[in-house]
Amino acid sequence: MVKLEVKIPQKREDLPITPLSVPMIGSMGKTGEWRTFKPVIDYSKCTRCLFCWIFCPEGCIERQEDDSPKIDYEYCKGCGICANECPTKAITMKREEED
Amino acid sequence: MAKVIIDTANHIAAYAAKAARVQVVAAYPITPQTTVVEKIAEFVESGEMDADYIRVESEHSAMAACVGAEAAGVRAFTATSAHGLALMHEVLHWAAGSRLPIVMAVINRAMGAPWSIWPDYSDSLSQRDTGWLQFYCADNQEVFDTIIQAYKICEDKRVLLPAMVCSEGFILSHTAMPVKIPDQEEIDDFLPPYEPGWVLDVDNPFSHAPLVSPEWYMEFRYMIQQAMENSKKIIEEVDKEYGERFGFRHGGLVDRYRCEDAELVLVTMGTMGAEAKISVDNLRQEGYKVGLARVRAFRPFPKEVFRELAETARMFTAIDRHVSFGFEGFLFSEIKASLYPRQITGDPPLISGFLAGIGGRDVTFRDIEKIAKKSWNWMEKGKIEKEIVWWKLRD
Repeated sequence: MVKLEVKIPQKREDLPITPLSVPMIGSMGKTGEWRTFKPVIDYSKCTRCLFCWIFCPEGCIERQEDDSPKIDYEYCKGCGICANECPTKAITMKREEED
Repeated sequence: MAKVIIDTANHIAAYAAKAARVQVVAAYPITPQTTVVEKIAEFVESGEMDADYIRVESEHSAMAACVGAEAAGVRAFTATSAHGLALMHEVLHWAAGSRLPIVMAVINRAMGAPWSIWPDYSDSLSQRDTGWLQFYCADNQEVFDTIIQAYKICEDKRVLLPAMVCSEGFILSHTAMPVKIPDQEEIDDFLPPYEPGWVLDVDNPFSHAPLVSPEWYMEFRYMIQQAMENSKKIIEEVDKEYGERFGFRHGGLVDRYRCEDAELVLVTMGTMGAEAKISVDNLRQEGYKVGLARVRAFRPFPKEVFRELAETARMFTAIDRHVSFGFEGFLFSEIKASLYPRQITGDPPLISGFLAGIGGRDVTFRDIEKIAKKSWNWMEKGKIEKEIVWWKLRD
């Protein structure tokens, strides 16, 4: 059986017979670099409904102690789903260069 | 006690799946394959076979279900023909690339258009480069034995690739012949339960066959090629062991018949190979030193066997039941390629190519005798007069 050790292969002998990927943060690099539009939360409008947290397809929104959402910009690709789903329009998409 | 039953090759394939203790069968019907999976459905329904039978909406899904089953660590089986195999094409690559030793019976049928239900190898040979081993059978006993052997070969840790066990539609699929079925205990002893090379685990989740960058993709392809090369030795070993245990040897990679002193070696596959044995015997009585090399494993291709045969043979004649459009018959190509080193060192044998039996046109031992005599005549002259002959093509 293939051993499920998470290691970066250096040589051909390090490879399993078929590629298997174990869930881990950042296996494809910092995908936040792909982003053109950045979601920005206006916490004064946020009702902590957590729609954004549920809908984020990348699991890049963290649910904090007080149920307020926090976006992980290192991995958020800027798809805009959170902004689209937010019932109070508390999330706006801003061009990266505007910051 | 081993028992002898008289049944069609399709039913025999079903008996083989049962004897191999296949745990998942995912199937979609198509002529001439249908009676394979109908018979398995009977076995499962009656409780004779302890397997999950998944009825799917297409062959693409049948193969996908087999991939899922093997990835979950159980032995899977399916069967198909022609357009069903073509529809599976994408998933065939997934099965081989994921290194899952699925065994599939392919009941060969000519591809449309135009529609045909009769046999040739245009279906399975279109899948040549998918990374599946391909075996071709000459009779019903060989269908049974090869399915059992294929699991043993494919599940070997040095191989871990899937295999097609091919037999020609109607010529074998719907023709009854006596077949010896060994005791289940003896088969269990020969073919122990499947030990997967890797297995999905809900407690330790991972995904298989993810995106692999150009830095590493090539290495995974190289490993498939290595596994194919490894399988040659294992095919021979398994054939030998099966023969010792059950009394049937089919020749391993190549069934060689009266080749020892043969000047002309006929090369073909499947039932044309069974027919050619009669031709060889008749030609020998007439004084022609003719032999037969019936290719059982087309992938991996046994080039070493042909290099060995070329030590004594002066000529090879390929009889192909499929043409690669824009080129020539498949065995004709492979033999020439296999013997290339001999062309450099000098003294290469003559090689001629005949296309016969396409779309199920009958090829009898008389036809093969005529093909052999024509080849013999060219051999005497030292010249191939026609590079590719379409045998019995109408004017």
